[in-house]
Amino acid sequence: MSSENIIVIDGKEYAFSPGETILEVAEKNGIDIPTLCYLKGASPTGSCRICVVEVEGARALVASCAAPAGANMVVRTESPRVLKARRLNLELLLASGQHNCLAQDMDVDSWTDFQLSAMGVKEHEDLCPAYGNCKLQDLAIRYQVKTNRFQPPDTRYPIENVNPFIVRDFSRCILCGRCVQACNEIQVNNAISFGYRGAESKIVARGDLALKDSDCVFCGECVQACPVGALISKQDLLAGPKHDETMMVRTTCAYCGVGCQLYLHVRDNKVFKVTGVEDAGPNFGSLCVKGRFGYDFINDPERLTTPLIRENGNLREASWDEALDLVSERFGRIKEDSGPDSIGVLCSARITNEDNYLAQKFTRAAIGTNNIDHCARL
Amino acid sequence: MSENNSKAEEIVEEKAEEEEQEKKKEEKVIPYLEDVPFFGLQKLIVLKNKGIDPELIDEYIAKDGYQAAAKALLEMTPEEIIAEMKTSGLRGRGGAGFPTGLKWEFANKSEGDIKYVLCNADEGDPGAFMDRSVLEADPHAILEGMIIAAKAVGAHQGYIYCRAEYPLAIKRLNIAISQATEYGLLGNDIFGSGFDFHLEIYQGAGAFVCGEETALMHSIEGKRGMPRPRPPFPAHQGLWKKPTVLNNVETYANVPQIIFNGGKWYAGIGTETSKGTKVFALTGTVKNIGLVEVPMGTSLRTIIFDIGGGVPKKKKFKAVQLGGPSGGCVSEEFIDTPVDYESIAKVGAIMGSGGMIVMDNQTCMVDMARFFMDFVQDESCGKCTPCREGTRHMLQILEKITRGEGEPGDIDTLEELSEVIKDAALCGLGQTGPNPVLSTLQYFRDEYEAHIFEKRCPAKRCPALLEFEVDEEKCIKCGICFKRCPTEAITWEKKQPAKIDKDKCIKCMTCITNCPSDAIF
Repeated sequence: MSSENIIVIDGKEYAFSPGETILEVAEKNGIDIPTLCYLKGASPTGSCRICVVEVEGARALVASCAAPAGANMVVRTESPRVLKARRLNLELLLASGQHNCLAQDMDVDSWTDFQLSAMGVKEHEDLCPAYGNCKLQDLAIRYQVKTNRFQPPDTRYPIENVNPFIVRDFSRCILCGRCVQACNEIQVNNAISFGYRGAESKIVARGDLALKDSDCVFCGECVQACPVGALISKQDLLAGPKHDETMMVRTTCAYCGVGCQLYLHVRDNKVFKVTGVEDAGPNFGSLCVKGRFGYDFINDPERLTTPLIRENGNLREASWDEALDLVSERFGRIKEDSGPDSIGVLCSARITNEDNYLAQKFTRAAIGTNNIDHCARL
Repeated sequence: MSENNSKAEEIVEEKAEEEEQEKKKEEKVIPYLEDVPFFGLQKLIVLKNKGIDPELIDEYIAKDGYQAAAKALLEMTPEEIIAEMKTSGLRGRGGAGFPTGLKWEFANKSEGDIKYVLCNADEGDPGAFMDRSVLEADPHAILEGMIIAAKAVGAHQGYIYCRAEYPLAIKRLNIAISQATEYGLLGNDIFGSGFDFHLEIYQGAGAFVCGEETALMHSIEGKRGMPRPRPPFPAHQGLWKKPTVLNNVETYANVPQIIFNGGKWYAGIGTETSKGTKVFALTGTVKNIGLVEVPMGTSLRTIIFDIGGGVPKKKKFKAVQLGGPSGGCVSEEFIDTPVDYESIAKVGAIMGSGGMIVMDNQTCMVDMARFFMDFVQDESCGKCTPCREGTRHMLQILEKITRGEGEPGDIDTLEELSEVIKDAALCGLGQTGPNPVLSTLQYFRDEYEAHIFEKRCPAKRCPALLEFEVDEEKCIKCGICFKRCPTEAITWEKKQPAKIDKDKCIKCMTCITNCPSDAIF
């Protein structure tokens, strides 16, 4: 690395590779620059202006997520000028919609009083579903921003609640554009975009239709990207507020062989939400509609939990040993009576490559036929 | 009583005087053009071809048209063109004033086989019509300027981004492009030089922000016209991520003459840091409204009072607004400021693209700031927080103040919002949006204070702060208000002061605007 590639951040020198942004250099070196609209893996839009930093010689503040680090650049990440802009930006965002989590300058000790006051904020009787899991709230607390100076505007667009997966609450949208980036640059579905202009801006799907009438495939990438309570999984919402203990369990998605890493969000031994694991492959946080929303079978009373054997037209519960013995005995008989080519095996994409390999080995070696195929070919 | 009568007499006398002057005028000999200050004090470079038929290329050619393009294409290397531009000292006429030669040099040195030359004809400042006039009256000058720019940077494709609200400009540009193509001045192998340049028009759909360079390029690409952070700058990654030069209409209109007459000739006009001339759209309460082209360094006073003829009778000059929604106003105190980029910025305004709105003492500066903030709020693309949310609150506060509901602390909040929006907004629109508020606060803070603390609008323009009552002392009993009132809310009889019935009054301001003795408050 050439010695020219040195940047000074908060008084200390750091080396950088050409092309790295100020934010990336800072992150690498443990300097915490807060972000809101910045979405890893997508091109920076520089729209929220939370990550602004002061660069010596620059006329205005610079969005660190978008600005490349430059040789001998002198950057201050928490100077009074930066803090002033950051705090006012947060105040403006809190006043941009129904962000009642901070209860508009409430100063009370009692949790009940706090909740009651938060509910008093017009049109929203419930506490925000993202409460406690909201980037805006975190930042407002970090920078001690409360607001009663600026009045939120009247709610312009009604809540969209007409599909089974995603609830869109525009009154809580801060127009950071993360969902748009997630949809267009990460999933490349190009289903949503900015619509209208200025203070009337709205995230729209195909000429401002409901998601279900648009090109949306309900992968839920946008829900995971949403830093606030504007995009919420409907099942999560129906599960009610989660003030009691919840747990995150990391696991591998069982739907197909890709092996997406996901977190099951669990309360009372029941899954109420699934999110992708952002810092691990192969999916790096992305999931499909099945992985993200198709989990209600887990606790379904109809779900099969043991093998069933049909006897005299009725199904009865059986042990695995018993069931497998029966299958192997019957296959053996068919092979003996009609030859191995009378048997065929069809594999599923829900199992892994290794399992698929085993299936063809079983078909060819154990049964003795080449009748093996896979659902992906259908 | 007697005082009022004498006032009425005065008005009658004034009328007689006016008539006499009119008569005298009729007897006068017609002066030479250059003896009329409106013409004599101007220097025409950009507007030199005014009066030719813009739909006939031959008329443009007869005025030395396309000579510069021929010189650039046949005799000069790109480096020589750039050197000439740098010598001329021409700076971007869109308002920011970036040296044009330098911009071309960056694009020239930028690596890439495909490059673009763009013309920003998305003029949108309220009250500004300089580019429109050039586009409509002299379209070939822009074409020629773009050909020269294309040669300088090595581009073979250009776009003119013209707002759709200028249909005549678009029509004439189209005629100009087809005539130039027919003459072999556009297209392949221009002048047999081997140089190709194709030009197309792209119509903007009416968003002010598309005058911002990155938003303009997004728009041409067919995307939503929203700005993006810079760097990368367009000279490195512009339209379709290719090196791109974008200049304003007036900038291009200067180029042929710089190449034709030489950079030194151009640098001889203007001031140390601002060379050449600038076209202003002089408007507002000034006698001569229209386009004015003056050498840089001419004082505002010369432009407004000598060329513009000053403020019409009975009204007093108050301030001049420069640069539209991104600009600021200059009070009478600084009326001798010369127009160059640095001096104008020093007094709190900007050179801007050339809007110059003269305001008299009947203009309420708070209301004026509210107007521009309304414009900015309306035209904000909605991408970045400070501009989208901040300007909304600034507008709300200004509206509150003009409604008479201003509170102590409002000015502080306005200043705080302004400072952060200027410092943290993403693009030029947001970063300059608070300027009209800041500059009126700088020069006319007392008016804000009068609105907030005394619930009074000194200029009598904010209906909510007016009583709509007649000051019987001041009333000259002329009855004009009675005659003009659209709702018959005013009663008046000869030799009696007028009376306003507040139940019928709709606060339309007609009486106040027409009262000759300023008697309604």
